[in-house]
Order: sequence, then C-alpha cells, then structure tokens
Amino acid sequence: MIPVRVEASRASRTGVWVGIAAITMTFTAFTSAFVVRQGSGTDWIHFRIPALLYVNTLILLASSGALELARPRMTRAAALGDAPAQGASTWVAVTLGLGLLFVCGQVLAWRNLVAQGLVLATGPSNAFFYVFTVVHALHVLGGIAGLIYLLRRLGQVPASLAEPVYGATALYWHFMAVLWLYLLLLLTVRL
Amino acid sequence: MTHVRETKAKIAELKREAPASFLRRYVFSLDHKVIGKQYLGLALVAVTVGMILSWLMRLHLGYPKLAIPGLSTLYPSGAAGGVMTPELYLSLMTMHGTIMVFFVLTTAPFAGFGNYFLPIQVGAEDMAFPRFNMMSFWVTFVAFLVLLAAFFVPEGAPLSGWTAYAPLSAVGKDAGPGQGLGQTLWGLSIAIFCIGQLLGSLNFIATTLDLRTKGMTLGRMPYSTWAWFITSVIGLIAFAVLLPACILLVLDRVAGTSFFIPAGLVISDRLQPHAGGSPLLWQHLFWFFGHPEVYIAILPGFGIVSHILAAHIRKPLLGPRVLIGCMAAIGFLSYVVWGHHMFLSGMNPFSAMLFSVPTLIITIPATIATLLWIGSLYGAKLRFTAASLFCLGFISVFVSGGISGFFLAQPSIDIYLHGTYFVVGHFHFVMGVAAMFGIFAATYFWFPKMFGRFMNETLGKWHFALTLIGVYGIFMPMHYLGLAGNVRRYSAFTDDYMQSAQPLHQFITIAALFTGAVQLLFFINLIWSRFRGPAAPDNPWEATTLEWTTTTPPPPNNFGDTHPIVYRGPDEYGVKGPNGDYLMQTDPAGA
Amino acid sequence: MGKLFALLVAVIAIVSTAFFVMHTWWMPPDVSVLGEGIDHQLLETMTASGVLFVAAQLTLAFFVWRFAGNDPARPIKSFPGGPTPMVVIATVLVGIEVVTLSLVGSKVWAGMYLTPADPASLQIDVQAEQFAYYFRYAGPDGKFGGLHPDLIDEGSSNFFGLDPANDTTARDDIVSSSLVVPVNKPVLLNMHAKDVGHSFYVPALRIQQDFVPGLVIPLHFTATTPGKYEIVCTQLCGLGHYNMRAFLEVKSQADYDQWLKDQANQ
Repeated sequence: MIPVRVEASRASRTGVWVGIAAITMTFTAFTSAFVVRQGSGTDWIHFRIPALLYVNTLILLASSGALELARPRMTRAAALGDAPAQGASTWVAVTLGLGLLFVCGQVLAWRNLVAQGLVLATGPSNAFFYVFTVVHALHVLGGIAGLIYLLRRLGQVPASLAEPVYGATALYWHFMAVLWLYLLLLLTVRL
Repeated sequence: MTHVRETKAKIAELKREAPASFLRRYVFSLDHKVIGKQYLGLALVAVTVGMILSWLMRLHLGYPKLAIPGLSTLYPSGAAGGVMTPELYLSLMTMHGTIMVFFVLTTAPFAGFGNYFLPIQVGAEDMAFPRFNMMSFWVTFVAFLVLLAAFFVPEGAPLSGWTAYAPLSAVGKDAGPGQGLGQTLWGLSIAIFCIGQLLGSLNFIATTLDLRTKGMTLGRMPYSTWAWFITSVIGLIAFAVLLPACILLVLDRVAGTSFFIPAGLVISDRLQPHAGGSPLLWQHLFWFFGHPEVYIAILPGFGIVSHILAAHIRKPLLGPRVLIGCMAAIGFLSYVVWGHHMFLSGMNPFSAMLFSVPTLIITIPATIATLLWIGSLYGAKLRFTAASLFCLGFISVFVSGGISGFFLAQPSIDIYLHGTYFVVGHFHFVMGVAAMFGIFAATYFWFPKMFGRFMNETLGKWHFALTLIGVYGIFMPMHYLGLAGNVRRYSAFTDDYMQSAQPLHQFITIAALFTGAVQLLFFINLIWSRFRGPAAPDNPWEATTLEWTTTTPPPPNNFGDTHPIVYRGPDEYGVKGPNGDYLMQTDPAGA
Repeated sequence: MGKLFALLVAVIAIVSTAFFVMHTWWMPPDVSVLGEGIDHQLLETMTASGVLFVAAQLTLAFFVWRFAGNDPARPIKSFPGGPTPMVVIATVLVGIEVVTLSLVGSKVWAGMYLTPADPASLQIDVQAEQFAYYFRYAGPDGKFGGLHPDLIDEGSSNFFGLDPANDTTARDDIVSSSLVVPVNKPVLLNMHAKDVGHSFYVPALRIQQDFVPGLVIPLHFTATTPGKYEIVCTQLCGLGHYNMRAFLEVKSQADYDQWLKDQANQ
C-alpha cells in the first residue's frame, strides 16, 4: 500500500499544477480578448501603467525569495524526523507579510487611478488594466490563504507532514510571481 | 513510524469515522459519497424544473392561443390571462437550456456519479481534496440559487438563450424585457458555476493520477473512470475560459465597459454609449467553452454505458483500449471545432472550411466507439435489466443524434439548416436523450450500491420502453421541420408562417407531454425503492470492478480496514471465477 | 425483452427514414443559381447517412434479438477480427465520406462566401433592427448616402439615419420594406444591424448570413425564378424575433424597372 504521506504529497502537487493549468487558461482567454479588442475598435487610447506597479513587482519577487529561503530549513527539519521547522516558519511569515504588502500596493495603485478619474468605463485599455490586475490580485489572495494555512500546519504537525503543504504552497506562490511578470510585460508593451 | 501513526490519526479525523453533527454528516460532509448524492439531488431538482419549463414551452408552441391554467398567477405580466407572451416564452427557453446544460448534464453524470464512484473505482478512501470537494458542491448550489433568482426579479429571467449572444445580452435593460437584472444574475450564476466545476476537476484529476490503490494501473481502470478523468481534463480548460467570458459580460452590463458592444448601436431609440467592442469575441469565447461542454455532457455517458454494458453482455467489450483511445481522441478534438457553431456568424468564411474538417473527423472516433459497442453484442449473452436497456437505447439515440450532426458539420449544408429545428433535433438527441439515457442507466445500475436496495425492474423496463418511443416522437420530427426551413427559437408561429408544419408541432407537443408523464414512473420508482425496495447484496450484477468488492452501501472510508489490491483489468467476464463467469479486479491470479 | 427492443428500434428506424425518403416535409423549390450545389450536397449526405442510419439501427436490433442471453449452454463469441474491422470500416468509410463531402462542399461554400460578387451586381443596402428589415437602393444617382445613427427616426421613416438636408447623395436613396430584385441578375447585399445580432435567411435561395453589429457584411446571390419568397430572422434578437420577416420579390426586368421608377417618384 502506498504510504499515505507520499500520496498526500503527490496529490497536492498534482492539484497545484492542475490549478496552474486552469489559471493559465483563464489568463490566456483574457489575453486573447485583449488582443481582439485592441484590433476591433478605433477607440484604443494607450495607457501607461503607474510606476507603483514596478515597486509592487519587487515586493512580490522578494516574497518569492523569502519563501525559497524557507526551503532548506524545511528539508533539513523533515529529514531530522519530528523536529519542528522553526526557521522555516519565520520565512513563511515574511512571505505572507510581503504578499499582503503587494496586495496593499496594488489597491493603492487602483485608488490613485480612480482618483484621477480613470475607471473601468473610461476606455478599453483602462478596462483591461483593471481586469488583469484585479483578477491576478484575487488569485494572490488565494495564495495568501494558502500561506496562512501553511503557517498553521507548521505549528501543528511534524515537519515531514508539513513539507508537502510547503511544496504545494511554494509552487503556487512562485506561479503568482511568474504570472505577474507576464502581465507586467503584456501591460507595459501592449497596453 | 510516528509519522504514519499521526497521519492515520489525521485521516481518521478527516474521515469522520465517529460521525459528528448532522450538519457535518449530511450537509457539509467531506465524504465524496455524500457529496455525490448531493450533486445528484441538485440535478434531480434541476431536471424537474427544466422539464416543466419544456412542457410550458411545448404547450405554447403547439397551441399558441391556449390559456394555460395557473400561468397568469405565476407570471402576471408575462402571461396575462394565461396566454404566454413572446418574451415569457423566450425567458423560459433560456432558463430551460441553461438549467439543463449546466445543472443537469454537467452535474449528474460527472459531478454526481463521478464523485461517488471514481474514488471507489480506483481504490482510494476519498477524493484528493475533500474540503475543496465539499466547497465545489456548495458553490454549485449557490450558482443554482442565483440563476433561479432571475425568475423573481422585476424584469424577469433573461431571454437571450443559453448562448447569451452579445450585444443583446450585454447592453442591459434597453434591449427589452428580461434583459435587466435577470441577465446579470445569469452571468454571475454561470461564473460561480465555473468555479465549482474547476474545484471539482481538480479533485478528479489528482485522485485519478495519485490515489490509485496498489495494482490499479491506468490500464486497469474501468471505462467510467477513464471517461470521468478525460471529462475533468476537458472541463478544466473549458470552464477556465467561460469564467473570463462571463466576467467580461457582466462588466459590460454593470461597469460601462465595451468588450462585446460596438459603437453606434441604437436600441429602444437610444444611441448606446458603448464603443469598439466585438460581438464575435463573445461567440468565440463562449463556443471555445461551449463545444467541449457538449462532450463533457456525453463522455461520462460513453464511460458509464461501456461499464454497464460489459457487465450485461458477460464478455469483454470489443477493443477496450481502442474505446478509451476514442474517448481521448474525442476529448482532444473537441477543442479545435468550436467554429462550427459560427459558420454563418460573420467570421472569416475561410475559417469555416478549417473548422469543418476536424468536425467531420470527430465522426471517426465516434463511429468507432459506436461500432465497438454494437460489435460487442455479437456473440454475447445479453442480460436485460433497466440499466442495460438504457445502454442499448443510448446506442440507438446516439446514432440518430450523431448522424444529424454529420449534416451540420458541412458549412454548405449548414447554410440551409442553421438556426432551424434540425439543429434543435440534433442536439436534443445527443444531449437531451443520449446523455439522459446514460444518467438513467447509471441510476438503475448503481442505486443498489448507493442505497442498499434494488429499484423496481418492471417499472424500470416500462420506463425505458415508453421513454424510447416518446423521445423519438419528440425529436425525430424536428428534423423534418428543419428540412422544411422551420426556424428555431420562435415563440410562436404566426398565421402566415409555416402553417403546414403546425400539425407536426402539435404531435411533438403531445409526445413531449406523454414522455414527461412517463418520467413519473422513474420518480416514483426512485422514492419508493429508496425506502421499500428489496435489499440488495454487495454485488447484485456480478460485476468485476472495485465498487462491487465493498459493502452495500460502502463504509465511510470505502473499503473498511484493508485497502484493495488489484490484480487484473475490469473486463474479465466470460471466464471461470470463484463466484461464476467472472473474475473481480481483486481476485488474485490463478483463482 | 430483447425482441421488444429489437422491434421498437427497427420500426422507429424504418418509419423515420420513410418520412425522409418521401420528402413529406421538405425544402421549398430552389430559386437560386448556387442553390443546386447545396441541394446536391444535402441529398448526397442524406443518402449516405440514411444507409448508415438504417444499417446501424437494424444491426443493433438484430444483435440484441439474436444474442439475448437466455441459453446458458451457448458459448460466448467475439466479433471476428476483434476491434480491427470496426476501426477499419469507420476510418475508411467515414474517411472517404469526409474527404468527398469536404472537397465538394468547399467548392459550394467558396462559390458563395469566398468568391467576390460580380462587379456589375445590383447593390442593395440592408439594415436589420428589432424587429424589421429595411432595404435601400442607391436611386438614380447610383450613389448611397452616408449613414448617421444619431439621425435615425422611426417616426419620420428615416430608418437608416440619412441626412438628405446636407448629403446630396442621400436625397434619392430608395428605402423599401421588401427586397425587390430583377430575375437572373446578380445582387450584392451589404448587411448591417442597427441594434443587436440578427440574421438573414431565405430558404428558397438557400442563403443565410448573420448580421453582426459593428460590421458590414456582404452577401451575393442570383435569383432564377420570379415570385415572392420569405426572408426570416434566425438569430435571436428579442421578443419580436418570431415576427421579424420580410419578403423577397423577384420580378422580371421590366417589372423591376417599373417598380424602381414608381419608388423614385414617391
């Protein structure tokens, strides 16, 4: 019988990859809508994304880095058996903090734009800007929920049991950064 | 070894081996079997609503001036005096299609039976992510409530069809009755439904790939498991595209965007404030989802029919690997044919030719599968139960529906048949009948395992025979109407339009009401058998797959203390075994 | 039970096919140049499908009747050749049909949608709206006036939003609620929609084309027989969709010229 521990770890990774596939498909659909809309009307006014977004990007990348710093600590603690992964928890908490900071940064950017009168209805380029960044932020919030869950598990169960949760959460979190880099490129170059 | 012990403790806690509160056990259960039954219950309610809507529609089409008793109470403005207005007809039609496609055909064969039986058939204790699984049901339930709410808002339910083409669906109230809040609720409901489906697909895929028990290789999985797995992969991609489409549609309606609405439209004497959007964009996004969706509706039926047929012919099905390959091929090809819904849409006519080729090519795996089923009957020892009769009926109606598709796949013929009743006949045969037959077969077959009691076989056989006659009576004549040029989605046929077809419409209405009445046999059978049906043993059909190795009904963790070990594939019928002419998947070699 | 099933399926198959063969409900006679190709394609498909349909249903019925499992002594058999004959039949048979129909059908399709209209075509502007069609002819000056959606006024019958006050080419444009064309002359329709999606379907001409708001879509045909033929909407456009109808009137050249003159004088 396959040990349940290995089962659970495999399944959670498969689950995240499947989730990544679905999210990629969603953003592909949004991208194709974006390309079509750009070509179909004559009302496209190019829109420069706020500089704050670049700062937020650095924060998101830093959070991924922080999460990776937890990895060797997780592996070591898991190999040592029941040892709690103390050092790992700290870095996961840093990741969580930076992730929340990223979302706050995005909200700030949106509020600045709204204050300037640039809303969804202003034009198609504005509409797509909001659609892409808001949907991404919603998915980041999902990742934040995952990080919170991970922190709780780290406090509750031995490192060997928490390791699959860490692996899945990290995969998803890094994907959020990769996705964001893609969106940043798309919005900078084509918006 | 403390890890394993602790893991087991965690699993036991999750598995609710000591049943907790009523809420935890029956409402917010993490047990895939309960969740499967919840989905089936939802589908049962949905199909009842959808069927009643279809009766109202057919009554009006057959007898347009008929004052339907009670209708004016339900719809004081839509049916004053009991005679249906055109806008009410179209709303009922829209809701009928939406409810049937999403909350019946995507829910029952896939989320319902799949949730219940996939983990058991692969030998797992539960789905990979029980909490997500529970969420997926309740998200779907909320989606259903949001959709039904559209009936109760002042503007009424939307009338743009289940396909909700823009700009009619996107501009808002100006487009007419039904296009106010009702259409927005429609968009929100479907978006929420997408999320539920994605959570479900996640579970199906991870469970199939990672939680198979020892000895259960991919090659030894039953047909139904393969079908659910392929369906979940298709569904993942398809629903992940419908979700953004619905989001953009709702934004056009409430946020003043113009994703799908071009400039210069004058609706209800008002120049619309939108600009630059593309109605064709909606169609592309919708049908990129919509075509795979119809295969999501039918592929579980392929798997279920194959699974049940094998047990009733008492011999292996012809070409098991080929059959599975056909299902996979159909799943793959389903992604490159969506344009065949748009031949005449105004998209580049050259692409029509491009889409037509793979559409016609899909005929090949579909034909192979059909021939494999028919060929499997050769030399068999057929057992006739309600379940197997519905499987055999499935083959007949799938042939009928598939062949009419062959006409529509050719753009030059579609020029004449598009938008006519020929299309309505086609998709009802494959979806409304074949997929439904798969659901019926599954119910009769798996009811004993789920509830520990048999359904009444005599009632089931009557249900089958009368339904077969009824559905052919409803949907075959629609092909004749289509050939005569009778347009679909008309709320009535005015005195100067196709009056020669009216007798045929009346015939269809009577057939529809007859068939609807026959379904009472099924409902009564379900309810009566649930409480008073004769007790069923663990393996009443002498079948080989894992669900029949465990108790009836299965324990909370599916297999009790031991995990099954699989030694062989699911097709070992017609061989000498310890209990008869079959070997179960768990029978060790050399038994 | 097997016998009952076989009987039901066989009867249903034969009765259904009979109605197709007898053309009990059938297409109206074809009155267009390109219609013959479509009718031929349809009949080809119907013949091939009809044979396959009857063969499949009767084989199903026969096998169910023949192989009912009431005799425990009868050994089970496998279809000779296993799955291979099925794969071969399906691939070859369907494959040939697919290739043939695609090749022939694409010519028919191309003739209608990928071939440009005859340069000498009579051009007619078509507007679809909730819930009517309007047809516009260029008038004696041979030029169409510009369209201004903000000037559309149903009350004064300015359906197209013309601006005759400022636009000289618009002054003699003829607007009709019937599509009147001369027989045997190529016609090019330029189709646009005022509000939502509609469609233009003339069963007798074997043509159909959706209107897409925001686009102007060309559609050409040549009618071969004088008469009055129905134009119906096949794209759900709102509550009046069932009643959105117009008529195509095909007249002799002389009658058409007279009609045009009468319209211009109004």
